[in-house]
Amino acid sequence: MSSGMTPHKELFSLRQTIIIGSGPAGYTAAIYAARANLRPLLIASSVEAGGELMKTTEVENYPGFPEGIMGPDLMAAFQAQAERFGTEIVLDDVISLDLSGDVKRVTLGNGDVHEALSVIFATGSAYRKLGLEDEERLSGHGVSWCATCDGFFFRKKTIAVVGGGDSAMEEANFLTKFADKVYVIHRSGSLRASKTMQDRSFENPKIEFLFNQTVEHIYGEEAVTGVGLRNTVDGAETTLDLSGLFVAIGADPRTHLVHGMLDFNSDGTIAVDGRSSRTNIRGVFAAGDVLDPTYRQAVTAAGSGTVAALDAEHYLASLPKDLLAGAETVAQTEPVPA
Amino acid sequence: MSTAKDVTDASFQADVLDSEKLVLVDFWAEWCGPCRAVSPILDQIAAEHSDKIELVKVNVDDNMEIAAKYKITSIPAMKLFKGGEVVKSVIGAKPKPQLEADFAEWLK
Repeated sequence: MSSGMTPHKELFSLRQTIIIGSGPAGYTAAIYAARANLRPLLIASSVEAGGELMKTTEVENYPGFPEGIMGPDLMAAFQAQAERFGTEIVLDDVISLDLSGDVKRVTLGNGDVHEALSVIFATGSAYRKLGLEDEERLSGHGVSWCATCDGFFFRKKTIAVVGGGDSAMEEANFLTKFADKVYVIHRSGSLRASKTMQDRSFENPKIEFLFNQTVEHIYGEEAVTGVGLRNTVDGAETTLDLSGLFVAIGADPRTHLVHGMLDFNSDGTIAVDGRSSRTNIRGVFAAGDVLDPTYRQAVTAAGSGTVAALDAEHYLASLPKDLLAGAETVAQTEPVPA
Repeated sequence: MSTAKDVTDASFQADVLDSEKLVLVDFWAEWCGPCRAVSPILDQIAAEHSDKIELVKVNVDDNMEIAAKYKITSIPAMKLFKGGEVVKSVIGAKPKPQLEADFAEWLK
């Protein structure tokens, strides 16, 4: 049994739309779809519901929050808003999709199969790995991709963050609450991060920048003891003693579920028609980081979630009446009291 | 919340190391989102295999001695104990099918 389900009698009936993904794109699509009476079902993932913002602390650049808001609190608010208008949420993982035909089929980890006339695909992006030999082996033993998750365990230690964007700066600054020293290892001489985050990092006495360096090796038997660095300018190799290595080098769109089904761009994002959310398959829409390699902000994802919901609504309204009739019985069903 | 027993630095010997059953220890903390996400999954697995294993929880904020002894550097960390020794260790929140596969050898 999946947890977090309201026991609607018609849960497994043909739905008007299923939203896959529970980040800002997914929840915003759900809010708009629910308010359009599409009675959306949102598949939120068994252990990663809420997306990337669940792993951050203060979100200071989401508009509408002048004092900032904690990532998990922002996602809880998104979820509450989606549920307020009637979104049903299932905490399970999609393991396969059948997008051919008018009725799309979504199969979950627990074996349940849900059917809908449209699907909004908003699965976001997954953190990129360095691709080094010992990275997997030492994952959880000093190698981490989540400062807020694991920083606690590096009190008074010397650690490093690899990366040069806002995420890397946020992680480095956060980690100085615990660690004595945080190196930031970046492969070029200049950072991609916003000016605000760069300045904050430069002013932090516990942060030291190592520019023009890449990590070539991760050392340690049972836990990380250090890394091997290579200078990207002159090729010089050095070692750095560390207790922890946090990798913050960006993220790739999480699209494996639709490989071989949807058209892709050369950068790995899902191809859509102009500025709409329409993929090459009728009734299938995409939103959030799976589309966007460039901006990848919560607010741009939320915006694209709206586009997807409106595109889905328009598509459903264009379907033949007999096809819609089957799905509309769900819209008329009252929830069964829990 | 979870029905699993809370184990402390003081009770670890008796509750885990001296236990005759297989004990699955879930190391967690209040501020750890993935820990909260995986908790109901562990409850389900424990309930489905209650004849074989017992699930207990150790809060790492309150029990730093045990957390340090078992070199916890990332949570959730799930360690299966048999006769006082760790026989299997899984780190990070994972979906139910994956956890069942990780611990399959001891669940059957």
